[in-house]
Amino acid sequence: MSNTKLARRAGTGRTGDQVFSGAALGAGVLIVAILFAVAMFLVIQALPTFTAPRSESTGGEGFFAYIFPIVIGTLIAAMIALIIATPIGVAVALFISHYAPRSLAKGMGYVVDLLAAIPSVIYGAWGASFLASSLKGPYQWLAENLGWIPIFAGPASGTGKTILTAGIVLAVMVLPIIASLTREIFLQAPMLHQEAALALGATRWEMIRMAVLPFARGGIISAVMLGLGRALGETLAVALVLSSGPLIASWIRSGNQTIAAEIALNFPEAFGLRMHELIAAGLVLFLITLLVNVVARWIISRHKEFSGAN
Amino acid sequence: MSKRIDVSDLHVYYGDFLAVEDVNITLDAKSVTAFIGPSGCGKSTFLRTLNRMHEVIPGARVEGKVLLDGDNLYSDGVDPVTVRSQIGMVFQRPNPFPTMSIRDNVLAGVKLNSRRISKSDADALVESSLSSANLWNEVKDRLDKPGSGLSGGQQQRLCIARAIAVSPDVILMDEPCSALDPISTLAIEDLINELKDQYTVVIVTHNMQQAARVSDKTAFFNIAGTGKPGKLIEFAETATIFNNPGEKSTEDYVSGRFG
Ligand SMILES: Nc1ncnc2c1ncn2[C@@H]1O[C@H](COP(=O)(O)OP(=O)(O)O)[C@@H](O)[C@H]1O
Ligand SMILES: [Mg+2]
Repeated sequence: MSNTKLARRAGTGRTGDQVFSGAALGAGVLIVAILFAVAMFLVIQALPTFTAPRSESTGGEGFFAYIFPIVIGTLIAAMIALIIATPIGVAVALFISHYAPRSLAKGMGYVVDLLAAIPSVIYGAWGASFLASSLKGPYQWLAENLGWIPIFAGPASGTGKTILTAGIVLAVMVLPIIASLTREIFLQAPMLHQEAALALGATRWEMIRMAVLPFARGGIISAVMLGLGRALGETLAVALVLSSGPLIASWIRSGNQTIAAEIALNFPEAFGLRMHELIAAGLVLFLITLLVNVVARWIISRHKEFSGAN
Repeated sequence: MSKRIDVSDLHVYYGDFLAVEDVNITLDAKSVTAFIGPSGCGKSTFLRTLNRMHEVIPGARVEGKVLLDGDNLYSDGVDPVTVRSQIGMVFQRPNPFPTMSIRDNVLAGVKLNSRRISKSDADALVESSLSSANLWNEVKDRLDKPGSGLSGGQQQRLCIARAIAVSPDVILMDEPCSALDPISTLAIEDLINELKDQYTVVIVTHNMQQAARVSDKTAFFNIAGTGKPGKLIEFAETATIFNNPGEKSTEDYVSGRFG
């Protein structure tokens, strides 16, 4: 009696294990398969672009002449976003995790998570209707006073719809992602080591530098990369905010374009070669994102020995 | 340098909960004092009030005085950061910084407050601190390796080296051997015997043989029941506590009748 009971229970457990490991494996394989299928789709659909005569590409000078400026535009917009969002996001996260009194921290945590969930069209509309026009004045000032720096060269845009505005909107969008992910990491920093630092006579900031930030390093990089992923791929906000044009050095004049916005704006009317060209642009974006992730992995793994994981 | 600690009328609270009640005790300079007592009687809580580490826990607070050679740690305007740089602490679980090399772990406290230290001074300090912690010979060839790669006992001695590198007046140890094997425990006990030539050492232990081996004086804490505050029952020469205690409950505890 008791034997069969035992046997059945053991059997059930094993089935559960098998189902779970099967599901996990299946999910893993599925992800790789989807990734591969996407890559294959992009490559096959993009191929005609590279075999077509140069003169038939947009701009008439071949695909690379076409894509190069928008790759640069994409990178500039994403870079502006990260330069603004990373320090602020990390600071907000640290404030929530280590400085704010507990009741305030909880409220702020909710607000940050909420911000991360706002759809991008809302950020885009806000950027286009409000932020762009309120930045006209500051851009004017930059052009007059810092115009000798190429990125602030005038004449400033009359609408404020520039790559810098787009970058700022992207920064506002990725900031909650970075803040909410890094906050989780900071909260997980081991108390053991934080106490070790405090017991040596560290101030709170010194404790954070000794026992929290080094521990959170990999997590911060991952959070920034996720933010970068969103900034690189963001379509709508950029499409709404940026008055696009050819590549120019100045951040405060209209001009420049990002890959995602270029695809979104042109795809509906595209057919034939133009469509293949836009898909090729998508392939380039895919490769950039992949490269960014590989570099991030590499940066994180370089410090394994001192990561605190051992 | 080594300083005396005088505690008077000290109560420790976690929020509204009185965890330790009315402690009066004097811890002599250049001596080892052991705190013993059953689990939960407030030994760790009390120990942490001696360098204001309890303030890390939200809601924890004290009433009363702790004098370090006459200066009250709890006077207005005393910075807990300064207190902790003079009264070091070694914890139950070894906690070297995993992101730092052995060398940087030793120097961690010294480099605080943006203090600058020349490479040769730093080298000398690393060697002397690790030597004082009886660890130098074991690690001198791998100072640039992470501290987390050492054995538990070595890590704990590294933590002691890190604590003494800032030349504190007092070193507090909260069950420093309870996570270690017997050999490592003996190594730490030997070390404690050497440390008392220079420092005031206070050690919490639940191992009575250990208290008997390393301490000059022993304080016995007890608790009347769960939810009741811990109290200092008896404080005397270690030999007296173990051979001729004045209180019945001390005798019961050291003879192994409870706890
Ligand atoms: N962080 C804390 N918050 C609230 N109560 C605590 C905390 N730490 C310890 N206590 C309580 O204080 C009492 C003393 O605990 P502790 O000092 O850890 O005892 P010991 O070190 O002697 O085992 C216990 O009743 C314990 O539950
Ligand atoms: Mg304890």
